[in-house]
Amino acid sequence: MQNNVNERRVISVIVKNESSVLARVTALFAGRGYNIESLTVAPIPNSDMSHMSIETNGSAKVMEQITKQLHKLIPVYKVIEHEEMIEKEMVLAKFPIAENLSDISVLSAAYNGGVVNVGKEMIIVMVADEPKRIKHFIDAAQRYNPVEIIRGGVVAIER
Amino acid sequence: MRQMSGAQMVCEAIIAEGVKTVFGYPGGAIMHVYDEIYKQKGFKHILNRHEQASVHAADGYARATGEVGVAMVTSGPGFTNAVTGLATAYMDSIPLVVISGQVPTSLIGTDGFQEIDAVGISRPCTKHNFLVRSLEELPRILKEAFYIARSGRPGPVLVDIPKDITVAIGMFEYPNRVEIPTYKPTYKGNAKQIEKAVRAIKDAKKPLLYIGGGVVLSNAYEEVRALAEKTQIPVVETLMARGVMGANSPLLIGMLGMHGSYASNMAMSETDLVISLGARFDDRVTGKLSEFAKYADIIHVDIDAANIGKLVDVDYPIVGDVKQVLEVMLPQLDGVETERYEAWRKILRRYDELHPLSYVDSNEVIKPQWVIERVGELVGKDAIITSDVGQHQMWAAQHYPFDRPRQWINSGGLGTMGFGFPAAMGAKMAFPDKTVINVTGDGSILMNMQELVTAAEYKIPVINLILNNHFLGMVRQWQTFFYEKRYSETDLSFQPNWKALAEACGGIGYDITTKEEFDTALKDAIKQDKVCFMNVAVDRFEDVLPMVPAGGALFNMLLPKTEKSDGEA
Ligand SMILES: Cc1ncc(C[n+]2csc(CCOP(=O)(O)OP(=O)(O)O)c2C)c(N)n1
Repeated sequence: MQNNVNERRVISVIVKNESSVLARVTALFAGRGYNIESLTVAPIPNSDMSHMSIETNGSAKVMEQITKQLHKLIPVYKVIEHEEMIEKEMVLAKFPIAENLSDISVLSAAYNGGVVNVGKEMIIVMVADEPKRIKHFIDAAQRYNPVEIIRGGVVAIER
Repeated sequence: MRQMSGAQMVCEAIIAEGVKTVFGYPGGAIMHVYDEIYKQKGFKHILNRHEQASVHAADGYARATGEVGVAMVTSGPGFTNAVTGLATAYMDSIPLVVISGQVPTSLIGTDGFQEIDAVGISRPCTKHNFLVRSLEELPRILKEAFYIARSGRPGPVLVDIPKDITVAIGMFEYPNRVEIPTYKPTYKGNAKQIEKAVRAIKDAKKPLLYIGGGVVLSNAYEEVRALAEKTQIPVVETLMARGVMGANSPLLIGMLGMHGSYASNMAMSETDLVISLGARFDDRVTGKLSEFAKYADIIHVDIDAANIGKLVDVDYPIVGDVKQVLEVMLPQLDGVETERYEAWRKILRRYDELHPLSYVDSNEVIKPQWVIERVGELVGKDAIITSDVGQHQMWAAQHYPFDRPRQWINSGGLGTMGFGFPAAMGAKMAFPDKTVINVTGDGSILMNMQELVTAAEYKIPVINLILNNHFLGMVRQWQTFFYEKRYSETDLSFQPNWKALAEACGGIGYDITTKEEFDTALKDAIKQDKVCFMNVAVDRFEDVLPMVPAGGALFNMLLPKTEKSDGEA
């Protein structure tokens, strides 16, 4: 990674699961002018910690500062700058029932997903895949006039 | 284990922490705590006349002693008044615990009377903050607050306590241990890195010790002096480190930065190895970054990893407490060839002879630099000097013969006008036998002048030395240099009657226009047990020099005009 080139990065932040910890992390990004592309957070099973996955971008120098500044927050236990990671993102998408249902079903299956709900007027699918492939899915889905597409944000785990 | 109210727990914790003086101001949300303060005898409470002053006073107390200072305020406006104090302490890494009242838990989030989101507002200007959610967690939070404030890189901690929790009754035992798994400051430097740094020092030809406020915070001045002594490496100090080497040290080149000495700034520009100890490469120190220490490798010792590599690339990063790192480093420097650096020392001595810190004295008008020098001659090592922000601050930093750390107390990071007077009161409470002088300007002093009343009431006889130039002098100086002398809103020709003002509040005033009057007044002021204003009329248009224009390279200084030079370098 070059020193001054902006690159997409995913970091995991393990934090004490307490009130206002999310505010501390996001306020740090806002206050120091760092970007957040996506952020997911949920408790880690059987612990009093939570896991945050933050998708951000910046130069190597900025990334180093983000990591160090995060680490300074008292409830932050660990900051992992991912190198070798598995990352996934989940997406929910809603289409009019009048569209080609079998096409939509095949499409979502191709991206590790499937139909999760069929109603009177709408069909809802879920997919879960790598962030790059998620972009492809969203492009492909455009042909079927999606009513709503909701991205879940990246979650990452070190290999 | 004893049964008591949350308010009592607050007092018990303050006493258990050994705090002797608390500064504060009551109000609705914190009244239960004040009721307990009334009943206890473990500490003294000073009622400042503004919450900002309470926090600055606790800050001055902390800077003078090295211990945690405590301030107490009510919710809403009491808290917001305290914010400047928190930010001031935060920027200079000063250990404080500020306790604020909050509306009762049931009213939080309802825009209740005097409700404000204190933890939200103070998040970026505290090291950490707590909103107490239950009585059960109060003892632990109080303990953690003091621990977090003083450990690692110190800083202010806010504890916001809803009123109902101060009323509630529960069992109290003050924890004697702190266990925060997510917070483990690094004190010990990496041994391998230290070895590498030692080798770099031995290989260098023009090494330079760059000493910052972290040395004061870490109480490492003896180790720093020993290091300089042993290696004979010259030293430059930042504004926050004045006093670390002592004015008489032959190895001290001086203060560097925007108003640093010529030799200090040239030393930084020509060194081949910067040994940075507890300094953070502030822009007022470095000038233009790309020109800063251009020919040097950099050793950076700092307890805060985030400071390392933040602004300049570092060759030998060492995360740790300066004192502990130097304890390891010193023996490894046995037998270092001090002769090696003699040529370098000679160059710097020559720079200092070429452009020493200087001013042209006058018989017509008092020069502000003369005042500082004169105070140094009259009280020197014995006094504690605080300051406000502006030209007077820089003249004090440049010309006062500081002898030890914690003798010089000023707001370096935030540059808060109004800091000096209350900070002086805090220092005086900690060291009642020492002369405490706040060097201030006719602008700054008015920003906390209500403290005349406090200082008079409690007999806190600090001396406010007003270098009165009838200007917001530092801003006027920039207008002179960079805005073609358009003195927009900096002329303070309209003046209060300083003597009458001090007297009206129960203090003493001196109006001074000659050097003789100054001597007499200062000697008198030191003897008095009353707070005073010494209003010294000084040369209106005196500038602080040398000066590195903001954003310029350190070696491009505007210099004072002397017989030898026309003021360019
Ligand atoms: C609270 C605050 N407001 C504004 C400033 C900007 N400022 C820096 S120095 C200065 C002038 C200070 O004037 P004075 O106290 O008279 O000191 P002098 O420079 O004349 O010695 C000002 C307005 C500041 N540092 N702090």
